[in-house]
Amino acid sequence: MDLNTITEVIRRPSERPGTDWREGDAWLAGGTWLFSTEQPDLRRLIDLTALRWEPLVLTDKGLEISATCTIRDLYASPWPEGWTAGILFRESCEAFLSSFKVWNAATVGGNICMSLPAGPMITLTVALEAQYELWAPDGSVRFVDALDFVTGDHRNVLAPGELLRRITIPEHALRKRTAHRRFTLTRLGRSTVFLVGTQRLGASDLLLTVTAGTTRPVRIAFASLPDVRTLRQSIDAVPADVWFADPNGTPDHRRHLTRHFAEEICRELMAGDLA
Amino acid sequence: MSYIVNGKRFDREPAPGQCLRTFLRELGHFGVKKGCDAGDCGACTVWLDGVPVHSCITPAFRADGREVTTIEGLGKPGALHPVQRQFEEAPGFQCGFCTAGMIMTSATFTEDQKADLPRALKGNLCRCTGYRAIEDAVKGVSAVETAAPGKAVGTSVGAPAGHDVVTGHAEFTMDTHIDGMLHLKVLHSPHAHARILSIDKSAALALPGVHRVYTWDDVPRRRFTTAIHTDHLVDPDDTYILDDTVRFAGQRVAAVLADTVGAAEEGCRRLAVEYEVLPAVFDPEAAMADGAPQLHGSDDPFVRDPVHNILLELHSHIGDVDAGFAAADVIHEGTYFSPRVQHAHLETHGSIAWMEDGRLNVRTSSQSPSIAKVKLEYLFALRPDQVRVFCKRVGGGFGGKQEVIAEDLVALATLDTGRPTCLEYTREEEFTTASPRHPMALTVKLGAKADGTLTAVQVRNVSNTGAYGNHGGETVYAGGAAVMIYRCPNKRYDAYSVYTNTVPSGALRGYGMTQPAFAVESAMDELARALHLDPLELRRRNIVRPGEPLVALHDGPDDVIFTEDGLAKCIDLVGEALARTADRPPPGPAWLVGAGVASSLHETAPPTEHLSEAWVTLGDDLLYELAVGTAEFGEGTSTAHVQIAANQLGTTPSRIRLVQSDTDRTGFDTGAFASAGLFVAGNAVLRAANAVRDRILHFAAAHTGVHVVMCTMDDDGVVCGDRRVSLAELVALARARGIRFTAARKAYGSPRSVTSNTQGFRVAVHRVTGEIRILYSVHAADAGVIINPAQVRGQVEGGVAQGIGFALTENHHVDDNGVMVNPNLRNYRIPTYADIPRTEVLLVDSADSVGPMRAKGMAECCINPVAPALANAVHDATGVRYRALPLTPERIYGRLPAEQSVSAG
Repeated sequence: MDLNTITEVIRRPSERPGTDWREGDAWLAGGTWLFSTEQPDLRRLIDLTALRWEPLVLTDKGLEISATCTIRDLYASPWPEGWTAGILFRESCEAFLSSFKVWNAATVGGNICMSLPAGPMITLTVALEAQYELWAPDGSVRFVDALDFVTGDHRNVLAPGELLRRITIPEHALRKRTAHRRFTLTRLGRSTVFLVGTQRLGASDLLLTVTAGTTRPVRIAFASLPDVRTLRQSIDAVPADVWFADPNGTPDHRRHLTRHFAEEICRELMAGDLA
Repeated sequence: MSYIVNGKRFDREPAPGQCLRTFLRELGHFGVKKGCDAGDCGACTVWLDGVPVHSCITPAFRADGREVTTIEGLGKPGALHPVQRQFEEAPGFQCGFCTAGMIMTSATFTEDQKADLPRALKGNLCRCTGYRAIEDAVKGVSAVETAAPGKAVGTSVGAPAGHDVVTGHAEFTMDTHIDGMLHLKVLHSPHAHARILSIDKSAALALPGVHRVYTWDDVPRRRFTTAIHTDHLVDPDDTYILDDTVRFAGQRVAAVLADTVGAAEEGCRRLAVEYEVLPAVFDPEAAMADGAPQLHGSDDPFVRDPVHNILLELHSHIGDVDAGFAAADVIHEGTYFSPRVQHAHLETHGSIAWMEDGRLNVRTSSQSPSIAKVKLEYLFALRPDQVRVFCKRVGGGFGGKQEVIAEDLVALATLDTGRPTCLEYTREEEFTTASPRHPMALTVKLGAKADGTLTAVQVRNVSNTGAYGNHGGETVYAGGAAVMIYRCPNKRYDAYSVYTNTVPSGALRGYGMTQPAFAVESAMDELARALHLDPLELRRRNIVRPGEPLVALHDGPDDVIFTEDGLAKCIDLVGEALARTADRPPPGPAWLVGAGVASSLHETAPPTEHLSEAWVTLGDDLLYELAVGTAEFGEGTSTAHVQIAANQLGTTPSRIRLVQSDTDRTGFDTGAFASAGLFVAGNAVLRAANAVRDRILHFAAAHTGVHVVMCTMDDDGVVCGDRRVSLAELVALARARGIRFTAARKAYGSPRSVTSNTQGFRVAVHRVTGEIRILYSVHAADAGVIINPAQVRGQVEGGVAQGIGFALTENHHVDDNGVMVNPNLRNYRIPTYADIPRTEVLLVDSADSVGPMRAKGMAECCINPVAPALANAVHDATGVRYRALPLTPERIYGRLPAEQSVSAG
């Protein structure tokens, strides 16, 4: 929709944007969320896509995803043979409520910074143990564990004027085995719960990531695949107010689904072990 | 900056925060539609360098230096892109508002995407078709046929506007540019109940571009009802254009008129309003209790009991229900709840007004321009000749546009300023301020003998009319249809229409019958279980049969002609279809499978006054001009009217030029609702066409000396015995004598017929998650003689799809302060392609209709049996009865039989 309070768009920001950040500014990437709802407090948009950051960079340490990498580019990218967790990229893109047309513009960083419980790029990067590189307006840089970035529904650790530059996924996470489950109230709708389990090759551990059903991502590490009781206790230990209530699900149902799908993930990874 | 759109260069700068959608429309590309303005519906899809994007969430400046393609640039009239042709020939549309976006999306599909349409189409919403027709269009399946002269009825001819719809040239309400047009934006109440103490306009009026601020003090102090009926006395006059008391969160507080939408929005933000917040009540039972906050004053005689917020009470009975229950072997009682749901027509409400030759002209998105005109005359004390109201193509209605909720403000502003003005609803305003379906709680008590014979039927209906009474009374009267369907000597129906501090409810497909059908048909299913009878058999034993009286509220004379057993045939067809498909496997071991059915009866026109006039004129261009007031919003009446006229005039639809929904150019028409577009207006068309035919035949007979019984219409001529005279010759001869072949005829919504429907579902319910999957859907309908088979099928499919949305997913979530928390299509989920199964549509042969060509309207009634059939199927699968809609998984899972460990599925 038209954002009628916007008076200026910085279409050619400097390489280190944000030095003249002021109230009423917003970073613009794909714009697919920003333009989808009223933004009466915004006056100026700063276009990050103009910086032409390389969308995807494969290094010997893993994968770097620029915040402005589009969902389309992420979805279409081929991955090295040994990256068994690569399947999660497509699955996480498919978890968007929005269609492929929105993927043509929407960005990985935009989804993370919007910080919705159901943001699938949050699920993906938390499950794959990513780090986020944040740039402050004063030129300083800090790194945050993906798990710690989102603090609640539409809330994150970004300070005013700070931006997400890139997401780095360590190679060891990309070489893990994975299992995932997702539930939606309508057929291809927004996630009610989205769970991912990962496991080191040849090991019996479990790193369980719980998202969408919780206001912030929850990650639980098990040294070995837990039995049903241990698993359930771990899930029940999640504080009650972290289970999310919105039109896409109720807290009780979300906890119930999380228990159920976590068990299924364990069984799938266990069956994989035997195979 | 320069922009290339459809190969043409535009040197124009968008506003900094402008989206591509409005920029393209400013440049004249009106094929780019607004459904949601939020990236959810896909109606605005265009291509950027060949890549499809939602233009409403694309910053306009991003198109700088890139090539934009809109529907207008994809193909041209006469030189269609293959996908445009496929959508025209399928036909892959009803109202046509989503069509440009559907085409611009599907024209980019790879073979992989065509093989996975649920995903490929998930960014495109259609509220009309139920998606089967769209799938056919994408896959190139065609249903449109060509009619031979005089044989249009019974042929699936295409809609008259089909070519314009697929090329983006069909004009909808907002698809026009008027120089100097001003824009209105409305400030809405944040409170569910409050008195407005003061409104400080000064800061708003000081803004550049703001012309006026209207408050309750600036409008005619005339109470009216926003509901559209010919007889305005069937609704209470309880509404002001702007009021000094607000009775629901979202109600208009003030309206700002400005040069631009942006300035008007800013004006709204600058208004300083002082409220005295009043206690609010949201639940109708609580509103009826002693001491509840009172919404309305006591000076309106229509309102039955203002102290208890009761708009209308009905108490009717026949026989003696107590004796009936005493004689019963089995009694079932349950309370069934239908929530507040929304039409979600893709074109939002909107109106444009201007003055021309001293007259007020209003271009609007309405189901009844004639009644909208009458209301404006009343509100602004205008003579009938001082007002013209008309509709271009309307982008869906479903009852939502049987309401005057935009025309009043534009008329106010234009009469005040003399300037053209525009008010266009946002999607959020649709949800928070336009009239949704009445939430109803119905307590149904049924008594029956062991063999299933009903001994007593008792229904108590508590309906939430919201803050105002528009349609509040008529919908509870209509609820009697669910009592009428079964023969029983003892019936009792008590109904209450109750004011609460919630958005005013209104007309929605099924109109007060859908909620009672959910209750009564669910209760019948429960009764059948208690009796250990097949639910189909219980219905067969009790449904009214031809020759028996149709008794709902009273046992007296009625105007309904009912001589064939269409309902029994529907029940049999659905029973056979379910039996035929019973051995299909469940999705997996974790799924519980069951089947359910439900039926409904529906009268083919409303019980209130309903009138229509049609004019047919053979022009000098030898085309017949058919003028009829009915608006077209996808229900297909235009096609049917043209077919009826062509059929009677012995010609083809291509020789009929339709003029519609314009109070300057057509006669009066109560409006397109309650199936009357076909039944009442169709009768007027039939009679007018017959009259013109007879005039031509008599003239030809006199001219040739052949007796008129030997004369027949023959496309562009008349055959008189063994001689053929061309229409051209007859028109020339007639003109020389000052004669024109023209006629006007009126029709009235009485007597009426009945339509019947039965829906069957087989569903699977997941034991753990509560997910419901529809495995099979079948719908049988008695649509009488079929005028357009493809359209009838499309209406039924669309009605079933909308019914599935209402039953399974849709719901207004309202917080403790009465504010809706999901007022957008992202969180109020109407079905997508992926959510809707194909429905097998079975039609019953009948000839007892008194409608045109013995046809019966089928757009409305098909929705009524959908929700109960689903609830009954879920009960059959799970053994658990769910008496409150919607049947969302989080409501289902907790009551499922003790969860077993399920190892697979």
